[in-house]
Amino acid sequence: MPNVKKTFSIKGMHCASCVYALEKALKAVPGVSNAVVNLASEKATVDYDTSTVSEDLLSDAVSGAGYKADMSSGPSIDEVQAAKLLEQKTLRNKAVVSLVLGGLIFWGSFPGLIDTSPALLQNFFVQMFMTIPVQFWAGLSFYRATISALKKRSANMDTLVSIGTTVAFVYSAVVTIFPSTVEKVGLEPMPYFDTAAVIIGLILLGRYLEARAKAGTSEAIKKLIGLQAKTARVVKDGKDHDIPIEEVRIGDLIRVRPGEKVPVDGIIIEGQSSIDESMISGESIPVDKVGGEVVIGATMNKTGMFTFKATKIGSDTMLAQIIKLVEDAQGSKAPIQRIADQISSYFVPVVLMLAILTFVIWYVVGSTDPLLFAILNTVAVLIIACPCAMGLATPTAIMVGTGKGAEHGILIKDAESLETANKINTVIFDKTGTLTNGKPVVTDTLAFGNHAEKDILFMAATIERASEHSLAEAIVKEAEKENIELGSINKFQAVPGQGVTGEVGHKKILFGNRRLMEENSIDFNSASDQVLKLENFGKTVMLLAIDGALAGIVAVADTLKDSAVDGVRALKDLGIESVMITGDNQRTASAIAAKVGITKVLAEVLPDQKEAEVRKIQALGKKVAMIGDGINDAPALAAADVGIAMGSGTDVAIEAANITLINKNLKSVAAAITLSKKTMRTIKTNLFWAFGYNVVLIPVAMGILYPFFEILLNPIYASMAMALSSISVVGNSLFLKQIKLKA
Amino acid sequence: MNIDKIVVTILGLFGSVFTYWFFLMKKDKEVSVTDLVDILVAGGYSPAVISIPLGKTTQINFFRKDPNSCLEEVVLADFKIRKFLPLNQKVTVQIKPQVKGTFNFSCGMGMFHGKIVVK
Repeated sequence: MPNVKKTFSIKGMHCASCVYALEKALKAVPGVSNAVVNLASEKATVDYDTSTVSEDLLSDAVSGAGYKADMSSGPSIDEVQAAKLLEQKTLRNKAVVSLVLGGLIFWGSFPGLIDTSPALLQNFFVQMFMTIPVQFWAGLSFYRATISALKKRSANMDTLVSIGTTVAFVYSAVVTIFPSTVEKVGLEPMPYFDTAAVIIGLILLGRYLEARAKAGTSEAIKKLIGLQAKTARVVKDGKDHDIPIEEVRIGDLIRVRPGEKVPVDGIIIEGQSSIDESMISGESIPVDKVGGEVVIGATMNKTGMFTFKATKIGSDTMLAQIIKLVEDAQGSKAPIQRIADQISSYFVPVVLMLAILTFVIWYVVGSTDPLLFAILNTVAVLIIACPCAMGLATPTAIMVGTGKGAEHGILIKDAESLETANKINTVIFDKTGTLTNGKPVVTDTLAFGNHAEKDILFMAATIERASEHSLAEAIVKEAEKENIELGSINKFQAVPGQGVTGEVGHKKILFGNRRLMEENSIDFNSASDQVLKLENFGKTVMLLAIDGALAGIVAVADTLKDSAVDGVRALKDLGIESVMITGDNQRTASAIAAKVGITKVLAEVLPDQKEAEVRKIQALGKKVAMIGDGINDAPALAAADVGIAMGSGTDVAIEAANITLINKNLKSVAAAITLSKKTMRTIKTNLFWAFGYNVVLIPVAMGILYPFFEILLNPIYASMAMALSSISVVGNSLFLKQIKLKA
Repeated sequence: MNIDKIVVTILGLFGSVFTYWFFLMKKDKEVSVTDLVDILVAGGYSPAVISIPLGKTTQINFFRKDPNSCLEEVVLADFKIRKFLPLNQKVTVQIKPQVKGTFNFSCGMGMFHGKIVVK
């Protein structure tokens, strides 16, 4: 029995009796084993059996008790957004106050500027009183974070900043309050309040800018959520009712007027229209839809009015699935990040040890003002170290990369898939339904003797109407297209592996392949050249005999997707080899492959052998991407290094696929690989800068250049560099938004 | 070498050893969870190590009380979950592990860590 526990928000509660009423209502639902309602948090936690209880039932039970259930757990996107904005605003205010005060203190104490400043600013006590709010109000968050981290025996950026600035502040305060004592130990009583204040100001400014930039990395999800329609016009009792989208139920009939959004997924019942699906698939040309066709929620109705039946709502809609998939991908971790994670977890303690070492070395070895140099260089080491840049290097790029993909109809399952796609050097295309549309059409009708082409199509369609063969549908459709009215058939018989026979009117009809003709002693030598020619074009040829003589030929072929040729060419431009895999015979397969520009063909491969073929190519040392529909070829997709499924209908979460192309555009295969390559390049650049920055500047802050060039790092410059390092990494990731994908 | 320098050297040595021991040699206590656990997010995660049963849905409530922006996101990468944790608000995640093993979770920048042991 699949039991789950779900927590959701309840709106409208105001007293303890509400709790009782709600718990009673929820427990009364058959299949609910427990229900706990919390008044303070306004949440209900329900244990239930998914085979008998649905979220709708729970929602109805809550509504029945007079309250409203919100099934989405956790804070809503709006709440998250508001919280983020509030945190950003606080950071900005603190940064501004700190920088203004820090700037004034700097003016009154920096050697080159001091002479231009008012005397008041040069007063050490004034400087101290100006530093106090910066250190203990603006910098309070550093202290709080440090204390709570120390309680857990852990340390982070804030630990380094709070120790570094506290050392500078305490030293300066001692110098200011007890100048004579300081002089007695041989030190000039010179405070460094500017160091403490400006460092805090710059780091807060850096954090503010970083927070803003980071918000840009998750924009894709926000955009997707923003696509969701707010209301739906449900038709009930012949009248239109506008209701909130959350209240739409499966089976509801929904009317959509021109210029309106399709609210949920469904099937058109009445009317037709042209629908812009670009927001979901990235495909810019509107799609014409008629009765019986699927419409997708959040797409835009352009021209006509139609009514459709809701088939998927809430978390089952295509948009919700896309959002979930992108969120999942952004929550996953790329293998390349593991090294950064390892280093990050040791980083701060190691920096603390290096800071202690710096102090000891400068104090013991330093010739002039050893204490002052020891303090300043220790502060510089604590401030320059930036673990944040390392932590941000990979996830920010993954977030932008997966979001960029989603914008173009390329859904990447996880960060690992994105990383692996970068190494792909061979792409295997399944033929039917991937390179081709998977819907055969009649391409040629030839008539011999005194028969007309229309007669041939009439006979073929009439006899095939009774057949269940996959090609029969194509022939019947072609006859309908030509407005041919079909006749009636007698004595219909299907001959397995050969074709069909029967009587139309008084005429005896045979329709099938060469074998059927041979078996019935029909001479088709006169047409053999034409048959061969059609087959060389990748077409399936069927012969029609009337009353014992060959009368005509109908050729059927699956049409190539418009994007097939360009898709293969785009891969070639990336230096990637394309292979076609199919169950067709070698001649037909080669003909189709040649049309799209593929030279390597794996023909006559049965569906269950495709996986083995993928493994064979992998055994040659190739990194293989398999492109298929995700249904018939799921094992092959799973076996490949990267399985890429062409989206179908409104299901996007194709289990076996690492990447799903919901735009069904084959150019997106190359686009996905390009996106992967660019994202990986960004990650590597980020990691290089983040590591390089720390590896180079920590020793400089320790004073490694001092013995050779007398270069030391002023802690203020250190804080500037530190603030810039995180911003540069996030900024570099945001550059990924600018790449142009030809999807 | 003057006495102050000797003292500073000894204190420095002691400080380094203490830093190593304090931060890098800590052992987190494993808390066994059946179906629901509240994790306090303040200077790290409390509890930082939880053990949960295989194949059952476990609800983890993260409650962030620390304003440190490092902790504003929690990432359970093996379960493909990245959640923003607004200050002083409970954020619930549900996981249903299908394999045994130890899975790490961390803050968005990988500075603070916790573990989920699936038994």
